[in-house]
Amino acid sequence: MAPLLEVRNLTVAFDTPSGTVHAVNDVCYTLEEGETLGIVGESGSGKSVHALSMVGLIATPPGRVVSGEVIFNGRDLLRLSQRELFEVRGKEIGFVFQDPMTSLNPVLTIERQIAEPLRRHFGMTKSQARARVIELLELVGIPDAARRARQYPHEFSGGMRQRVMIAIGISCNPKLLIADEATTALDVTVQAQILDLVRDLKRKIGTTVIWITHDMGVVAGLADTVQVMYGGRIMERGPVRSVFHDPRSAYTWGLLKSLPHGGRRGVNRLYQIPGNPPDLTKEPVGDPFAPRNPFATERCRLETPPLVDAADSTPGHQVAAWYDLRAELARMEVQA
Amino acid sequence: MTEPHATPLVSVNRLCKTYGGEGRLFGGRTVALKAVNNVSFDIAAGETLGLVGESGSGKSTTGRVLLQLEAPTSGDILFRNKNITGLSKAMLKPYRRDMQIIFQDPYASLNPRMTVGEFVAEPLDVHGLAGARSERQDRVASLFKKVGLDPSFMKRYPHEFSGGQRQRVNIARAIALNPAFIVADEPITALDVSIQAQIVNLFQDLQDELGLTYLFIAHDLSMIRYLCHRVAVMLRGRIVEIGPCEAIFENPQHPYTKALLSAIPVPDPDIERNRRPIAFDVNANLSPEEASLRAVGDRHFVLGG
Repeated sequence: MAPLLEVRNLTVAFDTPSGTVHAVNDVCYTLEEGETLGIVGESGSGKSVHALSMVGLIATPPGRVVSGEVIFNGRDLLRLSQRELFEVRGKEIGFVFQDPMTSLNPVLTIERQIAEPLRRHFGMTKSQARARVIELLELVGIPDAARRARQYPHEFSGGMRQRVMIAIGISCNPKLLIADEATTALDVTVQAQILDLVRDLKRKIGTTVIWITHDMGVVAGLADTVQVMYGGRIMERGPVRSVFHDPRSAYTWGLLKSLPHGGRRGVNRLYQIPGNPPDLTKEPVGDPFAPRNPFATERCRLETPPLVDAADSTPGHQVAAWYDLRAELARMEVQA
Repeated sequence: MTEPHATPLVSVNRLCKTYGGEGRLFGGRTVALKAVNNVSFDIAAGETLGLVGESGSGKSTTGRVLLQLEAPTSGDILFRNKNITGLSKAMLKPYRRDMQIIFQDPYASLNPRMTVGEFVAEPLDVHGLAGARSERQDRVASLFKKVGLDPSFMKRYPHEFSGGQRQRVNIARAIALNPAFIVADEPITALDVSIQAQIVNLFQDLQDELGLTYLFIAHDLSMIRYLCHRVAVMLRGRIVEIGPCEAIFENPQHPYTKALLSAIPVPDPDIERNRRPIAFDVNANLSPEEASLRAVGDRHFVLGG
């Protein structure tokens, strides 16, 4: 069966006064129906921009898709007209963004906002839409749904607003739900509830999910496949257990090692990734992580490594690296 | 690492900060919000006290009131056993040298029109400690080195720096006057993940080197555990639990602390998939106004009966 989504050689750039920002470079991956893909990366890694550019949501100019194809459900989204994209967004691909405060319209009731895609995409009548809105609010765990539907965003707490955002995201039963840092602005206790809700929804309606975050812990609990991005490229991707327990990219390894993991004060120093995030206005040459990678070779600096299957690992585990992380770590252990 | 001294450097007694509650123009009163409600704690010299809680719990307000950036509604703040509450600006100035703050947003807290060197030197000028030009230059250069920045960056402007470097600049400014006490208000939250460990290590190194005392405000509990000697958990303006880090993490007593700890995502799929967060309903679990902290272990206190 063909995958639900296939991203081929996607490259996105922004033309700014201080130069061209190479935000996404040659990104390729596939997503199967029902799969949950966790994309991790820091700001500037291209994780959000690549998702937005797939559905024509980056401002053009300054942004532009330089090259690539995004085959979704048999069609190349990058070749669709704005009118056709309107039909895709919200209906076939749902979105949940980071900030539930600014993504909701403060002067419209929750009902109006959830009903909007339903009425537009399915031509529902007001009463049909209302019934569906109440059903959705119940699905995302908002009690007293019929009354709450008539309220305004300011009457909801941050966690409840994010539930409303998820209700909008799934309102048209999209084949794919893209959540971009959807729990980052929330308190940990609320985040835990939202993550539970998403797991629950996957069980109930089987949505395919792309969950974009910088939090390795969130991905560990939610994703089937994890994709680590840096400097606009995929550094590593694969089944979540394989990548977390046997990372092959020095960036993934460094990120995991720099977290405290329940460590206590004074026991040991945190491993720190040296240096600073890359300057994306420079022409991307070589492995973007090379300047910060203690294991980088001359080749890493000159030539971009392709994303290939990791040796002796789980099927689907891929890495873009010229160096052999396992050998380097073994050597380090011998020296220590 | 040296163990913190037993004598408190900073003491907070029954601190309250209420917003609103003023009389309205046409009668009645606005709703009073107790942002900080009867909060008391000590911080020993050389100690790091972590302050955690959800947004709106009053943790940042506590930090700001503690430094007299805002006047408390009631309660006392003692610094080296001297009550500094309600002192005039002039009287407070010598204490300002000893107490500094580092904010969350390293972008917003720098002046875009000032070179970072000038920005770091500013507190020296304000307190008349800059000395001769070359002396001032040397002092700033050594501060830059101390926080891991190349002194040749002194002439540059904030926009030329990444988030992690900017936070280093803020830290350099905060330690410029050799303070004893620093309030760090979510200092790593806005930083990239690959930079957070650098800044956490810097905080520890500076404490070891300069004997600094920290109030570390954060919502990332795993970093709190790593960095702090003791932790205070705030909920709706009150401290609901306070104690040594290990006691709080290994043996949490208050239902809110339990819920908070159970909600931390763990970067390990095997653990994370089996984690069951404990639900917590704030409104059903608020302690009565008259509840007080009671001891449940060595230096470990919980609110309520």
